[in-house]
Amino acid sequence: MQPTRVIDFVDAVAVYNDYPALAGVTFSVDRQEIVLLQGPNGAGKTTLLRACAGLIPVVRGSAHVLGVDIAIDRESIRERVGLLGHQNGLFAELTIAENVDFWSTVVGATRAERDAAMQRMSIDGKLANRRVSELSAGQKRRCALACLVVRRAEIWLLDEPHAGLDAKGRDEIDLILKEAASAGATIVVASHEVERAQQLASRTVSLVAGHVRGVS
Amino acid sequence: MTMSVSRIAQAVAVKDLRIELRSRIVTNQVLPFSGLVMVMFAFALDSDDVLQGVAGGLVWLATIFSLFILVQRSFAIEVSDGALDSLRVAGVNPQGIFLGKSISLFVQLIALEVVLFLTAVVLYRVSLGGAGLVLLVTCVVSATAGLAFVGTLYGGLTAGARGRETLLPLLLLPVVAPVLISATRATEAAFTSNGVTVSEGWPWVAVLAVFAAVFGLGGLLSFGSLIEE
Repeated sequence: MQPTRVIDFVDAVAVYNDYPALAGVTFSVDRQEIVLLQGPNGAGKTTLLRACAGLIPVVRGSAHVLGVDIAIDRESIRERVGLLGHQNGLFAELTIAENVDFWSTVVGATRAERDAAMQRMSIDGKLANRRVSELSAGQKRRCALACLVVRRAEIWLLDEPHAGLDAKGRDEIDLILKEAASAGATIVVASHEVERAQQLASRTVSLVAGHVRGVS
Repeated sequence: MTMSVSRIAQAVAVKDLRIELRSRIVTNQVLPFSGLVMVMFAFALDSDDVLQGVAGGLVWLATIFSLFILVQRSFAIEVSDGALDSLRVAGVNPQGIFLGKSISLFVQLIALEVVLFLTAVVLYRVSLGGAGLVLLVTCVVSATAGLAFVGTLYGGLTAGARGRETLLPLLLLPVVAPVLISATRATEAAFTSNGVTVSEGWPWVAVLAVFAAVFGLGGLLSFGSLIEE
């Protein structure tokens, strides 16, 4: 039986550029939950996501992701956690299919898994052969999410997934996230689109100046 | 599933080369730039005797100037949309990334050097015998391997830094000085310039091979830490 709690931070402190971006955060997420992180700019949302991904060290307090103490070991969780930040992590000169193929190869995904990821993101043959530089913001986001799916990430950490998208694109992303959670993924979303994200999330965690100010 | 280093290296190298073929940065920018450098040297020195004597050094100087552009380009495609970050988050073996980017850089540099040496033969009228050709090919392969490894290592080091465009040449130039010196001496021997014989070039090739081995091994061991936040 897999543990229910997949992210568990207690009084965690993380320093970014000599600034305590997380100043004692207590925060937890259960498996298959969708949690919204909200707060003003500089509240620590992005830092919290990056700390959960093992990119920023937690220097005080305790921080466990998928049962691993990431204050001690930040490496072993990386294959199981996917972070999609403000950038998509794509190669503009390559097509969608070539980007997904590249990710499939470096993470060891099978051809069937690659095809399933493309299908799940509604990327058909014609769209798959278009270069990323020619795509709309929504199509790029879908391509980035397809790359996340082939990685078989158990936890999806998404920073402003709705940014730059039109209403249709936002609806598509919401649908994809709901389906991913139903399929077993745990999702943490940092967003300024509070109303939209609250419809998606089961809980909202409010951050202010590196502290959790409330959970609703 | 953890992928083998060679599989990741192959994927990274193919991806980088495909991007370069599509963007044509090498053919449209780097090649004309290095060609211009060669022509400018020819105008500036304006003497066949002098040019034949310094041809090897000029080719390697033009190669090293081009290396800065190629390394910056190689890492710009990784950081422009956060791909390097994504690779780190995904736990992709950094040794595979290092090897793949080095292979791609090696292929691009070799293509560039072939054109530069042909330019030197035409512009500077240097001559090359059979034994000289063997020495030159060995010198080019070992020097280019060293440049590709050290370029990838320092490209990774400066990838996330502010002002990386100016920082990279500043850091890289002193480090590649042994390659410039050794490759120039070996090339002079291959061209039998300045009364040097071909056999005198081989010890310099050994220096180049040691340089490539040191930075290849050093890169494999340290690239992961260098690209960490």
